[in-house]
Amino acid sequence: MAKKPRIKVPKKAKAGQIIQIKTLYSHKMETGNRKNSKTGKLIPRMIVNNFSCSFNGKEVISVTIHPAVAANPYFAFFAKVTESGTFDFVWTDDAGKKVPAQAKITVS
Amino acid sequence: MSVFMKTNTVLGRRQMLKAVGMGAFALAGSGMVSTEANATADAASRYLSKVTGGAAAKEGRVSLKLPEIAENGRTVPVTVSVDSPMSDSDYVKTVHVVAEGNPNPEVVSFNMSPGMGKAEVSTRIRLGKTQNVRAVAVMSDGSVYSGTKEVKVTIGGCGG
Repeated sequence: MAKKPRIKVPKKAKAGQIIQIKTLYSHKMETGNRKNSKTGKLIPRMIVNNFSCSFNGKEVISVTIHPAVAANPYFAFFAKVTESGTFDFVWTDDAGKKVPAQAKITVS
Repeated sequence: MSVFMKTNTVLGRRQMLKAVGMGAFALAGSGMVSTEANATADAASRYLSKVTGGAAAKEGRVSLKLPEIAENGRTVPVTVSVDSPMSDSDYVKTVHVVAEGNPNPEVVSFNMSPGMGKAEVSTRIRLGKTQNVRAVAVMSDGSVYSGTKEVKVTIGGCGG
């Protein structure tokens, strides 16, 4: 998918604060259970099977995704920040394609 | 004879109505939809015991936020929160979400870390029909907790 992932991370936070992060990645998430209405053949599975988020190189959360996650996978979660730094996000699909994204936060 | 027959049918109807009513009540109460759903509940349990290493899950500490009625099964918002301090010594390792009535029970697994500060995640899932959604949390000390919520689905979202 050509569309950029959408990420919401606060720009500033106080040390020790728990912040909420929201992410949305545009992907049709083909389950592999649907049939092509003309040929009757199963449409092959093509989903984003993994999503991970790390802060300054340390993993915060990683998600194993199965076909039962809705199209355009959305994840909202929390992170405790003690220092300024960068959040790294990676989405991996069934073809092995990795889509990265970054967000910076200033902690005072 | 004919009178007897008539009373019999009337009774029959009443019993039918009563049975239907009871059935609906049982449906609402237990969330068991059909034998098919039971079969996949077993599949869900098998999957969960496989991923959690066979540890017995205790009820509690896990809460699921889902709509009572999902009009569109293609995208159902879900929030799982686990009662945990999320400190370096005591945190939630993994949360597995399963849907008992979907073609495949597994939905999503979250590998968490103390860096989250709060064991709560939200996402959107697909549900094929009215069913129970279960979340199981594996703690850092190896104990396993579970929570369940029933969702009524108006239009299924698993393709066909």
